[in-house]
Amino acid sequence: MLEFPLWKKLWLWGLTLAASLLALPSLFNVAGLDWPSSLPDPQVNLGLDLAGGSHLLLEAKADDIRVQRLENMEETVRQLMRNAKPRIRIGDVSTGEGRMSFMLDSPADIDRARGLLEPVMQGANLTREWDLTVVDGQRIVLTPTASGIEAALDSAMDSATEVVRRRIDELGTREPTIIRQGATRIVVQVPGLEDPDALKSLLGKTAQLEFKLVDLNALPENVQAGIAPAGSQVFPYAPGTPMEGRFEAVRRLGGIRGDNLTDAKAGVDPNNNQNVVNITFDAQGGAKFAKLTRENVGKPFAIILDGQVLSAPNINEPILGGSAQISGSFTAESANELAIALNSGALPVPLQVIEERTVGPDLGADSIRKGLLAMTIGSLAVIVLMVATYGRFGIYATVALVFNVLMLLGLMALGGFTLTLPGIAGFVITIGAAVDANVLINERIREERKRGRKVVAAVEMGYKEAGRAIYDANATNFISGVALFAFGSGPVKGFAVVLVIGLFTSVFTGVTLTRMFVAGWLRKTRPNDITI
Amino acid sequence: MKLLKLVPDDTNIKFLKLRIPFFVLSIVLILGSWAAVFTNGLNFGVDFAGGQEVRMTFEEREAAPIASLRELVGGLGYGEPVVQEFGGPKTVSIRVALPEGAEDTPGAATAIGEKVIAAIAKEYPDVRTDGNDTVSGKVAGEFRDQAILALLAAMVAVSIYIWVRFEWQFGVGAMFALVHDVSVTVGLFALTQMEFSLQIVAAILAIIGYSLNDTVVVYDRIRENLKKFRKMPLPELLDLSVNETLSRTVMTSLTLFVALIPLLIFGPPSLFGMVAAITVGLFIGTYSSVYMAGPLLLWMGVTSNSFVPTESAVDKQEKLARGEV
Repeated sequence: MLEFPLWKKLWLWGLTLAASLLALPSLFNVAGLDWPSSLPDPQVNLGLDLAGGSHLLLEAKADDIRVQRLENMEETVRQLMRNAKPRIRIGDVSTGEGRMSFMLDSPADIDRARGLLEPVMQGANLTREWDLTVVDGQRIVLTPTASGIEAALDSAMDSATEVVRRRIDELGTREPTIIRQGATRIVVQVPGLEDPDALKSLLGKTAQLEFKLVDLNALPENVQAGIAPAGSQVFPYAPGTPMEGRFEAVRRLGGIRGDNLTDAKAGVDPNNNQNVVNITFDAQGGAKFAKLTRENVGKPFAIILDGQVLSAPNINEPILGGSAQISGSFTAESANELAIALNSGALPVPLQVIEERTVGPDLGADSIRKGLLAMTIGSLAVIVLMVATYGRFGIYATVALVFNVLMLLGLMALGGFTLTLPGIAGFVITIGAAVDANVLINERIREERKRGRKVVAAVEMGYKEAGRAIYDANATNFISGVALFAFGSGPVKGFAVVLVIGLFTSVFTGVTLTRMFVAGWLRKTRPNDITI
Repeated sequence: MKLLKLVPDDTNIKFLKLRIPFFVLSIVLILGSWAAVFTNGLNFGVDFAGGQEVRMTFEEREAAPIASLRELVGGLGYGEPVVQEFGGPKTVSIRVALPEGAEDTPGAATAIGEKVIAAIAKEYPDVRTDGNDTVSGKVAGEFRDQAILALLAAMVAVSIYIWVRFEWQFGVGAMFALVHDVSVTVGLFALTQMEFSLQIVAAILAIIGYSLNDTVVVYDRIRENLKKFRKMPLPELLDLSVNETLSRTVMTSLTLFVALIPLLIFGPPSLFGMVAAITVGLFIGTYSSVYMAGPLLLWMGVTSNSFVPTESAVDKQEKLARGEV
């Protein structure tokens, strides 16, 4: 018990001091002092509940992806059959009930059709994304496989996360955290954001821009009642446009999507002083746009954003230069917002805010101040109690407690963990519970002394016999800490982190360090009696 | 120097003599807590109820003008708001339910919160806005499910751990103590109608870990004494174990209390509910360690004979692990 070889002492002190030093930059920060910039500065991050800021939980509408995939497949099938030589004629195309089906005019084409479709049934890494079945020898049914849907959702979420990141960067906010969570969710945390409105309205925009030909054959009264003729769709006009409250019927197929843009800029049309957004297509998009406008001169086409018609101008002449102007009764702000959204790319799937938390910036500073005050008073009370009860052994426990707090803070900084408001409570619990180990040890030493054991033997028994209960008690704490971590989001996770790291530092300082202190003192003075 | 002794040496309180009244008291406490939960209900915060919650502090006043806030916000046309003190007299939380369809419109819900804030700020310019939370019904439902799951999983896991380390009777005793401590804490929230939020569930999870610390110390001593005094009658042995460890139980609980009480009084108001839950849970946990750990073992028939053989096998393993054989 008394034997602490030099290498062990060096190792223990080294570990203690190193971990404690890591806490210094965070302490400087809290005290409002400047930490020398030439030194490394691991910092404890402050959670949103202490730093102020916004937390948004976004969820993708997964159903939209399924529907969109079926629509894309329909386009692909039509194109493949049309371009086949000789052309394969098809009819009765439908995309209901989660699958796409169509009839071949002639059953003789079945093998050729299968041959053409087979390659598009495969996904990127040879996984099968669609199942192809033939019904009655003449109808082909394409059903997306579970892994196909999953892969599509996964890639949509990946690019949605990327789009969200670009949009937030465009706003110029500092240090945002954007993480995918689960299959369909994205967590966005922006510290110190005073006004989350701009952010939300930007993230709420899918920015799916479409150009579709107006269906001139549709009966106006049907269109206004929301009834679309075969092969067409009805969209409402966007709020704020002169046609607000009315509807437009457009041809379902043959339009183009605005995802091949290289640039979008807000501007003013010099002719009428209206706010507009000028867009530039890439080569592929420009070619498609040129084709669409060339073939439909004199006819109107609708500019549709996120399922709402902005305007439906006439195509006066073919637009061959690859750039176009979108007008839609914008204000300067809404034109700018649309330009940012288009520049960052369309979200492949609409996102919805399902949880939002905003914390005012003053609250955090107030909480830290009050938390520190309470922590200081609490620590002093614990120290007084320990020293009054266990004398010299209480002083050792106190020194260990100070190192415990420093090491806990240092390790949190090293691991890049976040200190949250409940985390402050975690610190206080750790302070109150850390000395438990010393209580158990010291009480056992008292007991052993009372039974007449010699000083060194009593101390030895104290550390050995109390060890079991210390171990078991910390194990139950650890189990609840793991449950906390698994359960919690943000603030609660911060609580769990402090408790769990605190368990390890507490056992290290409360048992190992105090043992070294006690052993050093016993060796030096060899007392016959101890006050405990 | 004369050192402080909170529990005098050779304390010998006959805890087991009173086992029936105290067991009845515990059962009454558990049932009473659940009765309170079912009659009063828990005052769920926005985390579990869903909706829109705004928190504000009236720093310049003695107390927040709750009645007039209720009237003011009620007049905005979002239904009857829940306005209540939040952790201190100056801080209030104001909760309004989300209107139909608001969840599907991005920003519509928070816009309501901002209107509430604007209306109050107009009337009370010195108010400070602390937070504005929107939780959709879907997310609130998930939080409820997760909370129940986490609480059950933690209780079962801790009990299994105690069973593995001791004996099945000890595991059952731990489970009973946990049900007791958790029920009473939840019951207190039903009784006082303090806001029940994610933080409170976090506090209860922490209680599940920490309230057993004293129980573990008592159990450890019972195990030790069972091996040491093979002939001692069980009631006597249990009383001896509780008395021998009483100074520890009192001292470990006390250190935690003196650390927590300042946080309760001087700490941030937004932590008040959480710290109150932990403080109460630990107080109850100390009581259950002293008054229930023993009697339950007696009724479940822990005897030195049934216990020791399996225990010595465990001991042998421990010794092997320490290289002492």
